[in-house]
Order: sequence, then C-alpha cells, then structure tokens
Amino acid sequence: MLAEGFEDEDKWLAEGIAGIQHNAFFMHRALDENNLRDALKYSAQMLSELRTSRLSPHKYYDLYMRAFDELRRLEIFFKDETRHGVSIVDLYELVQHAGNILPRLYLLCTVGSVYMRCKDAPVRDVLKDLVEMCRAVQHPIRGLFLRSYLSQVSKDKLPDVGYEREDGESNGVMDAVEFVLQNFTEMNKLWVRLQQQQGPGRIREKREKERNELRDLVGKNLHVLSQIEGVDLEMYKDTVLPSVLEQVVNCKDELAQFYLMECIIQVFPDEYHLQTLETLLGACPQLQPTVDIKTVLSQLMDRLSNYASSSTEVLPEFLQVEAFTKLSTAIGRVIEAQVDMPLVGAISLHVSLLTFTLRVHPDRLDYVDEVLGSCVKKLSGKPRLDDNRATKQVVALLSAPLDKYNDIVTALTLSNYPRVMDHLDHETNKAMAMVIIQSVMKNNTYISTADKVEVLFELIKGLIKDSDETTEDEVDEEDFNEEQNSVARLIHMLHNDDPEEMFKIICTVKKHIMSGGPRRLPFAVPSLIFSSLRLIRQLQGQDGDIVGEEVPTTPKKIFQLLNETIEALASVSSPELALRLSLQCAEAANDCDLEPVAYEFFTQAFVLYEEEIADSKAQVTAIHLIIGTLQRMNVFGVENRDTLTHKATGYSAKLLKKPDQCRAVYACSHLFWVDDQDGIKDGERVLLCLKRALRIANAAQQMANVTRGSSGPVTLFVEILNKYIYYFEKGNPQITSSTIQGLIELITTEMQSDSASALPASDAFLTSTLRYIQFQKQKGGILGEKYGPIKVHIPA
Amino acid sequence: MMDLCFTGVGVCTVVKIRILNRMNYLLGAFKPACNVLITFNDGKNRKQVPFKKENGQTVTVPLFQSQENIAGKITIEPMQGKKIDHNGVKVELLGQIEMYFDRGNFYDFTSLVRELDVPGEIYERKTYAFEFSTVEMPYETYNGVNVRLRYVLKVTINRGYAGSIVEYQDFVVRNYSPPPQINNSIKMEVGIEDCLHIEFEYNKSKYHLKDVIIGKIYFLLVRIKIKNMDLEIRRRESTGSGTNTHVETETLAKFELMDGAPVRGESIPIRLFLSPYELTPTHRNINNKFSVKYFLNLVLVDEEDRRYFKQQEITMYRLQEETS
Repeated sequence: MLAEGFEDEDKWLAEGIAGIQHNAFFMHRALDENNLRDALKYSAQMLSELRTSRLSPHKYYDLYMRAFDELRRLEIFFKDETRHGVSIVDLYELVQHAGNILPRLYLLCTVGSVYMRCKDAPVRDVLKDLVEMCRAVQHPIRGLFLRSYLSQVSKDKLPDVGYEREDGESNGVMDAVEFVLQNFTEMNKLWVRLQQQQGPGRIREKREKERNELRDLVGKNLHVLSQIEGVDLEMYKDTVLPSVLEQVVNCKDELAQFYLMECIIQVFPDEYHLQTLETLLGACPQLQPTVDIKTVLSQLMDRLSNYASSSTEVLPEFLQVEAFTKLSTAIGRVIEAQVDMPLVGAISLHVSLLTFTLRVHPDRLDYVDEVLGSCVKKLSGKPRLDDNRATKQVVALLSAPLDKYNDIVTALTLSNYPRVMDHLDHETNKAMAMVIIQSVMKNNTYISTADKVEVLFELIKGLIKDSDETTEDEVDEEDFNEEQNSVARLIHMLHNDDPEEMFKIICTVKKHIMSGGPRRLPFAVPSLIFSSLRLIRQLQGQDGDIVGEEVPTTPKKIFQLLNETIEALASVSSPELALRLSLQCAEAANDCDLEPVAYEFFTQAFVLYEEEIADSKAQVTAIHLIIGTLQRMNVFGVENRDTLTHKATGYSAKLLKKPDQCRAVYACSHLFWVDDQDGIKDGERVLLCLKRALRIANAAQQMANVTRGSSGPVTLFVEILNKYIYYFEKGNPQITSSTIQGLIELITTEMQSDSASALPASDAFLTSTLRYIQFQKQKGGILGEKYGPIKVHIPA
Repeated sequence: MMDLCFTGVGVCTVVKIRILNRMNYLLGAFKPACNVLITFNDGKNRKQVPFKKENGQTVTVPLFQSQENIAGKITIEPMQGKKIDHNGVKVELLGQIEMYFDRGNFYDFTSLVRELDVPGEIYERKTYAFEFSTVEMPYETYNGVNVRLRYVLKVTINRGYAGSIVEYQDFVVRNYSPPPQINNSIKMEVGIEDCLHIEFEYNKSKYHLKDVIIGKIYFLLVRIKIKNMDLEIRRRESTGSGTNTHVETETLAKFELMDGAPVRGESIPIRLFLSPYELTPTHRNINNKFSVKYFLNLVLVDEEDRRYFKQQEITMYRLQEETS
C-alpha cells in the first residue's frame, strides 16, 4: 500500500513536471515574441502546477526547482521594460490580477524583486507588501516554498549599509531586518504546523523526516540575517535576537526549537553571542522539556571557548559580561526546568561548562569548583551511578581539570572534586584514581603539603581501601598489582623540603595506608619507609644548624613511626619485607647515632627471623642481609654488638643446608673485621669463624660422599680460601701464609681424590685464585713479599 | 455575530439564459431608397467605446454623459437617380429600457424630437444639422442579462405609403460620480458556532470601477479544515416589480484569497483589483424597471467541499477618469 503510494507520487511528479514544461514552452514563445499577456498567462498556468497537495516535500522540491528556473527567465523579461512596454509599477499590479493565489504570489515576488532593484523604488514598501501578501498561502509546504522563493529572490536586493532612501528618514537596514524576521517567523509557523497535521505512528515518523528535510528552508532566513552587513551588535541585540528567540520559544515545537537554537549559534558571530549571552541563555529554560538543550549549550560553549582561545584580546570581554556566571546560572535553570532530563544530560552540560571554564578562565579555580559543586548537587540524593554513559560523563568531568592543569595540585584545591568522585561506582572510581596518579607521574608533580596529601588520598581512596562492595575475588591480580604499584610510586611524589611539613605528610600517608589491609600494605609501606628515611637523612644533614630540642620533628619521632609501620607490616605476614625494612631503618638509625633505636630495629629483625621466617631459602637470604647490615653498624656499644653478632653467627650455624651454613658462617667473619679506621678488628674470632666454616665444608663434603658417592665440588673450599686471602691481605695476624698454604694443599688433595667429578666452574675458580696469588708474588712490593712463602702449583 | 451561510456540496452554477429579443425587420427585402448618415459634431475627438449590438456585433460608438449637448449632422443621400418623397424628416433622441422577457417592449424614459425638414422631396444629398442641448440622461447605458438600457438617435424619413425610412445611431452614456462623502469600511464578525469564527474587513463600502478592494480576514476560531478561500464579485440584476420580479445573479469574479488551512490568529490580506472585470455602477430602481446590485461574497471551502460564505453588498460607482 505504501509502495503504491510512492509509485503514485512518482507519477504525480512526472505529471507536474510535464505540466511545467508544457506551459514553459508557451511562455518561452511568448517571451520571444515580447508578448506580456501570454507570458503572464502561461507562467501563471505553469505555476499552477505548484498547487498540488499530493507530493512529499522532497518531490515537491523537485517541482519547485523546475519552476524556479523558469521564473528566472521571466524575471529577465520583466527587467527589460522595452520588451513589454509596461512600467514596473503597472506590472506589479498586473500580475495581481491572476485568479489563483499561488501563481499570483510567485509572480508578485518575481516582479517585486525586479521592482526593488529599480532606482528610487520604495524598497521598504515592496518588501513589506510581499511578505504580507504571502500570508495568503497557509498550506505548510506550499507556503514554505513560496516564502523560500521570496527569500531567495530578495536576499541580494535587501537594503544594507550604504543604502539611502529617498526620504532619508527610514533606516534601510532596519527594513531589511524586519522583512527577513517576518518571513522567518511565518515560515517557522508553517514549518511547525506541518508537524501538527498528522496522524499516528508511522505517518508521524514520516512526517518528522519530511519536516527535517525542510528545516534548511527556515534556517536560511537566519543565514540571510547574518549576511546583512548592517546588522551590527546593537541591532542584533535589540532587534534580531529578541525577535528570533521569541519565535523560537513561542513555537513550542521540539524539532524547531532545537534546530533553530543550533542555527542561531552557528550563523551569528561569537562576539554577538558573548554580548547577548543573557538573552540567549534566558531562552533555554523556556524551551520544550524534550529539547536537547545540552547539545545546544555545548555547542555554544564550544564556540565561545574557541573564540576565547582565538585571541587574548577578547578575554576581557568574557569577564566583562560575566560569561561564566551566566552560563552557569543558565545551566542550573535548564536542569531545573527540564525535570525529565536524564542524569547523563545534566552531567554532560556540566562537562561542557567545565571545558568552557578551563579554556576561558584557566585561572579561576573557584569557577571549576563551582561547576563541580553544582554537579554534586545534581548527583546528591541519588544512588551511585549505574548508567554507563553518565559515568563516562562524570569521568570526563573529573579528567578535564587534570588534563588542563597538568597538575593534580590544582585539582586538590577543588573541594568538590572528591565529592563528585564519590558518586562513581567502585570500578570507575578506581580507574579515575589511576588517572589521577598517572597525571601526577606524567607531570612530575610534587605534592607538598599534608592537606593536599589528605585530599589526594581521599580522592584515591578506592585504591587505598577495600570498599564494602567488592569482594576480593572480583579483582584481577594483575590490575591490583598495577594499581598498588602506582600508589607506591605516588608516595614518592609527596615531598616537601621543609621537614616539618614533610613529617606531617608522612603521618598522613601512614594514616591512610594503614587502613589498606594485608594485600596493600606490602606495596605501600616500602615507599613510605624510604620516603621517611630520606627525611631522616635530610634532618641529619641539617643537624649542625638546628639543635634537636627545638625541632619537633626529630629522627627519633620518625623512627617511632617507622617502627609502628613495620610492625603493622609484620603482622600481615610479610615478614621478609618487614625484615628488610627493619634493617634499612636500623642502618638509618646507625647513621643518626641512635643506638637504642638501631638496636630495637635489629631486635625486630631477629624476632621476625625467628618467628616468622620459616622457609630455608628465605632464611638464607635474611641471614645474609642481617649480617651485611650488622657489619656496617658502628653505633653499637660492645655489649650490644656482641649480643647481635652472637645471634647472627648462631643463626648462621643453624641453617638447614650445609653449604648455606658454611657460607653464612664465613660471612659472619666479617662481623669481626670491619675494614675501617676504628672498626673492630678481632682477628681471632675471624679465624674462628673461618675454621668453623672449613669444618662445615668438610662435613658437607663427607655428607655428599655418603649420599651421592662423590664428594662433590670443592667450591666451598675455594670460597673459604678467598676469605683467607682477603683477611691475609688486610693484615689479620691470625692468618698466615702457612695457613693459606695448608688450605691450598687441602683443596688440591680433595680435587685429586675426586678428579672425575670435578666441575669446570670450581676448577676455574681455584685456578684463578691461584693465579691471583702468583700474580701478587710476581708483582712484588709489600704484598708480594707477604705472599712469598706460599707455593702455588697451577694445574695445567 | 451574524450567521455565515452554508450550502451543500458542489458549486452552484449560474445558468445564464439570455433571451434575445430579435425584431423581425423585413427591411432587407427592399433596397433602401437612400443612405442616411448620422455624424456627431465632435466625432473626431469624442471618446469611442465598444458597444455590443443586439445582433451580437461589437461596434464602437461615441460616449456621452448627462447634460451634454448632442449635436451633429444628418446626411441623406438618395440612390442614384431616385428621389425621395417624404412627409417630413425628424430626428429623435431616445432613452429606452428593454426587458427581454417582455416581448421586446421598449419603455422610453427619454424622448426628444427635432423636426429636420418639412414634407417635400429630396433629389440629392442633403445635410441637416441638429442639436439637443444639455440633455438629461440620468441613466447609464446598461447591457444586462434580462434588461437593456440604451440611448439611440433615430432618424425617420416619413413616407406615408411606402413605409418610413428609419436609421438608428446608438451611443453610450456614462455618468460619473464624485467620490462619496461617506464611505465606511465593511467590518463584520461571522461564523458558525464552535466551528469557525472569522472577522473580515473591506476597506470601503463604495468602490469605483477601477478601485482596489483592500481588506483582511482574521481567523478567530478554526475547527474545520479549510482548503481554500475565495472572494467573489456577484452582480444581481432584478427586473420588473412585484410578482413579476426576475432576479438574475452572475458571478463576475472568482478570486482566490487563501490556499491551505489557517490556524487561529492568522490574518489573511485581501487585495483585489477591480479593473480587469466588466463592472458597471450600481443601479437602483432605474425608472421602476430594474436594479443592478453588486456583492462581495466571501467563500470558504473545507476539505469535504462544503462551502461557507457571507455576502455583503457594495456600491459601485463610476469615478471620472482622469484626463491625461
């Protein structure tokens, strides 16, 4: 049925075209003969084809264009009075004798356009007359096309700047403007009416589509207005805009309102918009509730911000007209007026406003905050967002300031920022927090006050704490690690050169990360510790200048804090990490000359070792760490040191595997020989350790023999040999050349007895050790002499 | 508010029945004995207008108005070698009303006579001057559906036995009126209850023949789907009197005012140039024989072709055309 309708329409169009062509033929003949009467007759008949009601706008346009082309020829004929011999005034009357209104008005417009071009023509009256007479066509499509024709033929004849009327009193530009405005108003009415005459469902849709096709006919008028040079700001403000808006508001049609608002924004200069912002925005809340105002406003703000960035000279204008306040108020009103506006709409409006603010008033953070604030107001009382698009908009809203300022510090001063974030769902919130952190990283921003840190952690609390909503298994391990690593990195960006403030920062950070739970602490705590240690070192550097008492921030205090932190970490089963950190702290305390503190940390380390570290491999690592750290400590008194070294050697000997034992024990030897000026140099105990190591190595060898039938490599022995050589060179009186000689022989024997299973690695190790000795001997000097007695035989 | 008239489906067409009363002249049976030529003194300068004769031919005849002198010459030229015996020659100026349905009876409302010659014989071409001075010709020449008002000069060469020789010369009389002192606009609100309320306005109630009707129609209430709106000029010619009255209405103009359906609050302009139409002044009770009245008929047609109309009388008058 519908298809049939289309076919019919094609047929009707074809008939219409044929009618036009037929009459145009006779019209041409009349024109060639300069026969005015016939020309009028046939042109009127030709135009009668446009009286059809059967065509859709699209097809009607086709017909219209054909008639339009023919009318151009007629116009040329009318122009040449010598051809038809009738004055233009008479012609103007003559065409009005036509009985049918539509041909009559097309002809009238045609003659009118010729008339206006004449010298001394009463342009104003002609314009007024034409636009008034066209009222007679009330059929929407025919009326629209007729008026479109009027607009088309008159637009290049409108009086503009420089036009002078014979009576000199009336303003030509004003006449032109009034004319276009009236034509616009009438066209819009017709256009809107098209929508009203319609049935349900599919017809309605079809109508709407058809209407959309016609919209440019209406919009063209606004374009014509914008082309009139004489429409200056004042006239735009006083006449053009109010009239256009009045029509827009009064037509109460969604499609029209949206399109026309867009049109206004697009066709007139930005400068005008800026100066008439209040009027323009004032219209927005009055539009139909279904109009997509957010797009309109977004476009406006986009244009204005582009305008603002086009030149710095225009910025004062923005301030002068209080563009921001006006936009902000308008948005508020629109949201209020359009109760049904989905949340996403409201938020995207705020995004636009924010973008505008950031581009136009980058220095006005209060504006930014205000935008966020009003957004919070809109969001408040609603549950967390579950609308994807709305969420996206909120993220956009939050990201905008970060992108703009490249500086999270700025965002931190926005009191409403975290409140907006609160409305995001957990996942998005975390993502946003990541964005914030990345922004900090990317821009190398140091956050330098405790207050800001507080706010920052408030912002990223989605990363810091478990939320109530998420259960752990939801979280992807990899993502989690990445997030937490980011937090850890972030902690390093919190810095202030003033120890006082830095301490506050540290306290704040600690407060927050302590709430992170077992899975997060291992990530965050090291950063905190090292950050604190840095502060300690800094304090220590200043020690000379400031006397301890007066400074509230003392290393002691910080160590206390660190102690607590590490304990917390230890309690959540990251003993190895806690141990390492303890040792770090101990070392720092050592540097600060705080013996009790250092001792405390060591105690902690040992306790951890004893109670928490069960894995043998971990134990090996731990004990080596302890030994290494302890070796460097110089703060301890004899007693404390003894206790600790005793402990360390004790634990070394108690390791599970013999080789581990061996290595730990010979490492312990260093605890008794610190190669410093006033370091401890207890040669005897060194030797004791080495001997013990040898014993263990021997035992290991035998064990290997028993269990595997071969004694295994001699690597351990060679390692011990190296230790011997080290101490020998350092001048340990207990290590003599003969001791070394004995050891070398021992190794050689061992190797010979088990040459079959000798590993090339241990062979090479031994060989290069022996070569070293030989080298020293050959080199001579004090060391060379020392080595003198040792005989080495390097195997080939 | 007055009611708007309403008719059923379809356009009423006026059936023009023109009863032409043809007189059965038998003059053609004889060869005329002479030529009679009537000329006017100012014939060369006087304006000539087209005039439709009874036999349908259009000729141009001189134009006069009331109280003018009608003067001229009448030339009688006998056929070669013939003489005319006559009982006197006279010229008459007649103003006649002819009703077509009344069997060709003429009512002379004006009859003036000038004797041109005493009885005698005419041998050769002879010219007589004549003059009717300041002739009262109150009525205009009119050619209607059922009635005709005409002015004629009638020359009679009276011959007792052979029948008189009669020659006619038509001329047209048009009388001009000054613009009326009072000329109110016509303004009226009409409609159909809860259906259609309109207000129309014509700028005058009296129009001259080349006038322009300016006005507007204002739609106060529109609940029907109007398709278009026309303004018609109608002429009502009524002849006779009492029970014998014949009324004939013609639509002289059908002028489309509006295309499409207006909404409430629309105001549609009217501008109708009268010059293209063949109108006459309004004639009221001419010699108790006939009247010619003009009406503007506003017709609205809805989508189901129902017609809604309101008829208003206007007075037509002839304004002196500017001599240029």
